[in-house]
Amino acid sequence: MNKIENKAHKFGMVIDLDKCTGCGSCMVSCMSENNVPFKEDESNKKDSITWMRVYKLTNGKSFPDTEIVYLPRPCQHCGGKGDHGHSPCVSVCPATATDYGYDTGIVSQIYTRCFGCRYCMGACPYHARYFNWWDPKWPEGMEKYLSPDVSPRMRGVVEKCSFCFHRYQAAKDKAYYDGRDDIEEDEYQTACTTACPSGAIVFGDLNNPAHRVHEIVKPDPHPWPNNPNVVGKSRNPNVFRLLERLGTNPKVYYLSEREWVRKAGDNYLDGEWDKIKNHHGSESHG
Amino acid sequence: MSKKENKNESGSAESAGECTAGDTKDDKGLGLGVIFFILAFVICFLSGTLLFPKLLYSKKEQPFNFNHELHVGETGDCESCHAIREDGSFNGIPKLAKCQECHTETPLGETEDEAVFTEMYVAKEKEVPWYVYSRQPDCVFFSHAAHTKTEGMDCVTCHGPIGTSTNLKPYEENRITGYSREIWGQNIWGIKKHSWDRMKMDDCAECHKKETGHQGYCFQCHK
Repeated sequence: MNKIENKAHKFGMVIDLDKCTGCGSCMVSCMSENNVPFKEDESNKKDSITWMRVYKLTNGKSFPDTEIVYLPRPCQHCGGKGDHGHSPCVSVCPATATDYGYDTGIVSQIYTRCFGCRYCMGACPYHARYFNWWDPKWPEGMEKYLSPDVSPRMRGVVEKCSFCFHRYQAAKDKAYYDGRDDIEEDEYQTACTTACPSGAIVFGDLNNPAHRVHEIVKPDPHPWPNNPNVVGKSRNPNVFRLLERLGTNPKVYYLSEREWVRKAGDNYLDGEWDKIKNHHGSESHG
Repeated sequence: MSKKENKNESGSAESAGECTAGDTKDDKGLGLGVIFFILAFVICFLSGTLLFPKLLYSKKEQPFNFNHELHVGETGDCESCHAIREDGSFNGIPKLAKCQECHTETPLGETEDEAVFTEMYVAKEKEVPWYVYSRQPDCVFFSHAAHTKTEGMDCVTCHGPIGTSTNLKPYEENRITGYSREIWGQNIWGIKKHSWDRMKMDDCAECHKKETGHQGYCFQCHK
């Protein structure tokens, strides 16, 4: 087996919601990097495609206590229950058009393989997948500006964020050329990470303790005692994942010092949040 | 229905003594059927083998002929022209600037192709619009660096003995997919004898399974 693939990566992301200003640079950079087609009417959200989408959350209080937070949402690259690679979308795809890369932790999407049944869109709890209702229409001359590293999609297939996988392929190519075993942290960064003006997005290998994303998230190697399907829960009390208790094990983590923001990451019954909020991985039980 | 029955009845009544004659008639029909079946099979088989590829593929001639054997002899190896760039990507068919390292506006040889090249392209500083036999579909990512540099594979393993050829064969394009015939392979039944006969995903996966123990995840070769 190849040297580079011997070491399993687990690429992930942590987004600091206290730093995010909601400027939308990540959305724009994502669209141009990945040849995402834009529509005549981008306000038609049933048609528009946004691999990275910024949501606006409020704490629901009236002035002067109103607070707003912007939440960028790429594909969460779920590891599935127990982090075994059975992501919700991967397990329902009848065409094997999407698979879980055990060497990178990235959920792929192969457009030429997809036949557009949209099961994966139904299975995805994060609405991260989008369907091409139409063939992309580029303004005249713009085809020449498309990235050759990302294949454009056709009508009738599903697409989603790939963690800019082509940048990983390019970084690996460079490593092969130099005769190196592995790539450096800064060699593979997603477009949204590099575009964020406030540095809210940190991207790297969750399996590598030297990477910044690992330092911030401190993923718990043991299953969460409250739900053994949840693996890799953050031991940082300010870090949470979206709908974490489903056991989808996303590789996108969110960071906020504000409690209401962390609570907004999931749905809780009355009083449930107070019981659960201080469980941060197995360390709190140690 | 009743008419038919009547006919049969009357027929059987009439030909009571011609029973044997009726049997030979049936045999004749069977024999004709067999001959017809074989004939039809042969016609279908031959048209599938000979006619179908001509329908499926359109033939295009390269701008002019290129003698690989001659150039390998002059430059030494494949990498002199088809090289991996410093960033790890592959340059594919070299641009005109690479050719101009040797070729000037005065022809190096006396062939007609050399004359076409110098007049039409070198003198006019125009890139040669080569058809690429091994062009893969848009969704495919292939790392030459991983295969030739890290794993030390020979170019021949996938591309065949192009380096010893003196002529460029016509480029055949699949009329439905727009892909080169090299992807499916020259054999219309998909039979391959050498590792370079086909360039389908199955062929990549087959070798990956053999060499690495795993055919790889989608994103290893897709983009």
